[in-house]
Amino acid sequence: MVTVRARRWSLAAVVGVLGAVVAPAATTPVAAAQPVGQQGVTLRVALTRQVDSLNPFLSITQVGTEVGRLMYDFLTAYDPKDQRPVEGLANGWTTSDDDLTWTFTVPEGKKWSDGEEITAEDVAFTYNLMLTNEVARTANGNFVANFESVTAPDPRTLVVRTKTPQATMLALDVPIVPEHVWAGVTDVENHANDQAPVVGSGPFLLAEHRPNEFIKLTANPNYWRGAPKISELHFVSYKNLDAAVQALGKGEVDLINRLGPAQYDSLRDADDIGLNKGRGSRFNELVFNSGAATSTGEPIGDGHPALQDVRVRQALAKAVDVDTIVERVNGGYAEPGTGLMPPSNARFHFTPARPRTFDLDAANADLDAAGYARGADGIRVGPDGRALNLRLVGHANRAYDEQAAEFLKRSFADVGVGVDVQLVDDNQLNDTSTSGAFDLLFSSWGTNPDPDFILSLHTCARRPNAAGTGGTTDTFFCDETYDRLYAQQATEVDQDARAEIVKEMQQRFYDQVPAVILGYDNVLEAYREDRFASFQVQPDPGGSIMEQNGVWGYYGATPTDAATAPRGTSTGLVVAVVAGVVIVLAGGAWLIGRRRRATAEDRE
Amino acid sequence: MTDALAPAADAHETGPSRTGRSGAHATLRHVAGRVGGALLSLLLVVVLGFLLFRVVPGDPVVAMTRGRPMNAELIAEMRARFGLDDPLPVQFLEHLGQLVRGDLGTSYFYRRPVAELIGERVGPTLLLAGTSTVIAVALGLWLGVRSAWRRASRFDQISTGVALTLWAMPTFWLGLLLLVVTGDLFPSGGIRSSGTPPGLLPEILDVAHHMVLPCLTMIAVVYAQYLLVMRSSLLEEMGADYLITAKAKGLRDDQVRRRHAVPNALLPTVTQVFMHLGLVVSGAITVETVFSWPGLGLLTYEALSGPDLPLLQGTFVVLAGAVIVMNLLADLLLRVLDPRVRAS
Repeated sequence: MVTVRARRWSLAAVVGVLGAVVAPAATTPVAAAQPVGQQGVTLRVALTRQVDSLNPFLSITQVGTEVGRLMYDFLTAYDPKDQRPVEGLANGWTTSDDDLTWTFTVPEGKKWSDGEEITAEDVAFTYNLMLTNEVARTANGNFVANFESVTAPDPRTLVVRTKTPQATMLALDVPIVPEHVWAGVTDVENHANDQAPVVGSGPFLLAEHRPNEFIKLTANPNYWRGAPKISELHFVSYKNLDAAVQALGKGEVDLINRLGPAQYDSLRDADDIGLNKGRGSRFNELVFNSGAATSTGEPIGDGHPALQDVRVRQALAKAVDVDTIVERVNGGYAEPGTGLMPPSNARFHFTPARPRTFDLDAANADLDAAGYARGADGIRVGPDGRALNLRLVGHANRAYDEQAAEFLKRSFADVGVGVDVQLVDDNQLNDTSTSGAFDLLFSSWGTNPDPDFILSLHTCARRPNAAGTGGTTDTFFCDETYDRLYAQQATEVDQDARAEIVKEMQQRFYDQVPAVILGYDNVLEAYREDRFASFQVQPDPGGSIMEQNGVWGYYGATPTDAATAPRGTSTGLVVAVVAGVVIVLAGGAWLIGRRRRATAEDRE
Repeated sequence: MTDALAPAADAHETGPSRTGRSGAHATLRHVAGRVGGALLSLLLVVVLGFLLFRVVPGDPVVAMTRGRPMNAELIAEMRARFGLDDPLPVQFLEHLGQLVRGDLGTSYFYRRPVAELIGERVGPTLLLAGTSTVIAVALGLWLGVRSAWRRASRFDQISTGVALTLWAMPTFWLGLLLLVVTGDLFPSGGIRSSGTPPGLLPEILDVAHHMVLPCLTMIAVVYAQYLLVMRSSLLEEMGADYLITAKAKGLRDDQVRRRHAVPNALLPTVTQVFMHLGLVVSGAITVETVFSWPGLGLLTYEALSGPDLPLLQGTFVVLAGAVIVMNLLADLLLRVLDPRVRAS
């Protein structure tokens, strides 16, 4: 008897669980659209990469810093229109005659989210923490490496003295933290900084962090630029882009980015989905191993010696059909490449005076003239007797590399150069590139509004040390002219004069061809246009919503009238729960009844 | 040699009263042997895990800092903090010392203790893998019994055929297919939605709602193995004499099956279930990736891109440990369940 009863209950339980699981399905789209009892609109953003940390001193990934800058403002910001430096926490700045002393004004009236006044002392505290604490400079140490001293003589004035004149003083991407909170943090390394309330200065405040599930932020009503138009901002994790696209279609999220051309095109006819094609700040490049060496000049790796001949690199560059690659591999969603700074950054972007064109005849003629005659098999042979068979290394998980490699292989074959394509995983590729064990390599980089970092990658100093570590270059370019110009721009405080030097450097890069810039990827984004009317893109027009150099995309999100209209969402949930309970009871009763009948038959 | 003979001689001399004690002694020795073996395996796993992941290509610091403004000094500081410049034996001893103290190290990427990260992720994985396994085992055994009992019937043909077809399907593909086919009925990923109102009931419903598709996928792919084992071991029993006796006693078909055949046929199945339990956690990797389920499998997958060495080592030890522990349990349980094993 006991067993029979137990069995009945367990069956009823099973039915109950099934009923409860299926019931919410019917009403979820309504229920998910807006949480019960909440005023205003929530913007839900799909993240397809991991947030490493919410500690602003440790967060290193693009997505981690993107969330971080919503919580903490920088000293200066970048204009949404043209990315020029504009007011951040500081609203004014002057430099001394020797360009070594910078004085910033932090105006009155800007407040931390707990109501405390934001002062120059907070900024000085943040920079000094990074200067004195090794852990605190993990993520942003590079920005303060040239600082001599940082002081706040009064709450409104910040004085920074640099060791040498520093051109990037208005591009210090360092989140400023409140001294009254962080002075009490003794162990920066183990401070996760993800328990609300987190005192911040940005347009949004952390409400809840469930690692790898979601990050909930609420609007900061006291934000000094004014409160955002949405009340909550949720970042929801997805492990693959296809699932995120599905979620957008179902209305589970409102905004996604990093779409591939095919995914973007597939959303073109979808209902209620708006698309944004922005000019991006990332580029793809084809790197030539022009002579890998350590920072002391010791050759490393096994690059093909012919590529150390600039005439070979120049000739091969003419055999790279940049336009076709943009058209066919990027699906047209890119701009053909020239220099290291993208066209979206108008101030520093460079257009060559005499652009290279795709010209196989010219490439052939140049290689003939340089003394690389064709062998019996049609492959050219260098003066040292080595055939021009080159290894091209790319990422196995990137469709771009695989497809672009095919185009290169074909056009290089036409100029008598053999290409062996090797697609490897990311870690392997990093190893290959840092050790110089390649001839040709696909690489891609993101650029900041300030050109210093991307230019620095190709200086002699960025090559690895004798132990083979610490290098950040992948071209191993080491050119006296380029290095001299780099040093010059780094200390040129007048940005217009600096832009001229930066363009000159890109010209040098273009002529020496340590790499061919293939194209600047467009940013492909999609959003629910039934819920959101517009976003502030950067640069404007033609920029991106996410992954900006600022908070504008999320801060400027404007909901549609339909999304702001109140709805009776709680009714949906109540109906769901009631329906669930009814199913449970009905199912249980049915099963028990059935069981009873069965037992009765058994007894006969 | 003398050792092997001694207990037998003892037993002979002192008669039956000693046999029980020597049996207990043998059991103890058996258990000790198994546990010792398991510990040795675990040690090997630790060593292997360490060496294996040092061979994996890739420099964690290069991978982490790529594309970020960094200078050589900062990179050197970071390498030193991670202990990457120490010689391998020193790194290994450090790692061993940490393990002995129960410390799995600190993740490079998340900058948090590995044990904490694993602790955070083990719950969702156990929930998903546990629920699916329980259902898959129940379903597999039930169908297996029915199929064997009515061998070659249409039911047998269909259920075995369907199970094998599902088993052969790539998990990734099946998951995505379910996602597309079910349309708006179920959420497309995660364990809960960010907009769920607080409260126990809505949260439970929300998690259950999110669990349906990943659970279905996992069950569909694995239940065939339980079905097949159950089916074949029951088929073996079905020709046995004691079943004919049972039938001759006048027991109904149903009773013969439930009281006599199935309990005997269950033995190999139980072992099989336990052997699989250890692998269930690692088997969840694909399902977790498709449905963005924040579990251990996904954590391992993420740790590989980097590589995040402490996290990799930690998850490797935990996943391999699960297999070892489950195998040990299966070994011991079989001894409890089956008198024949005890006797041998």
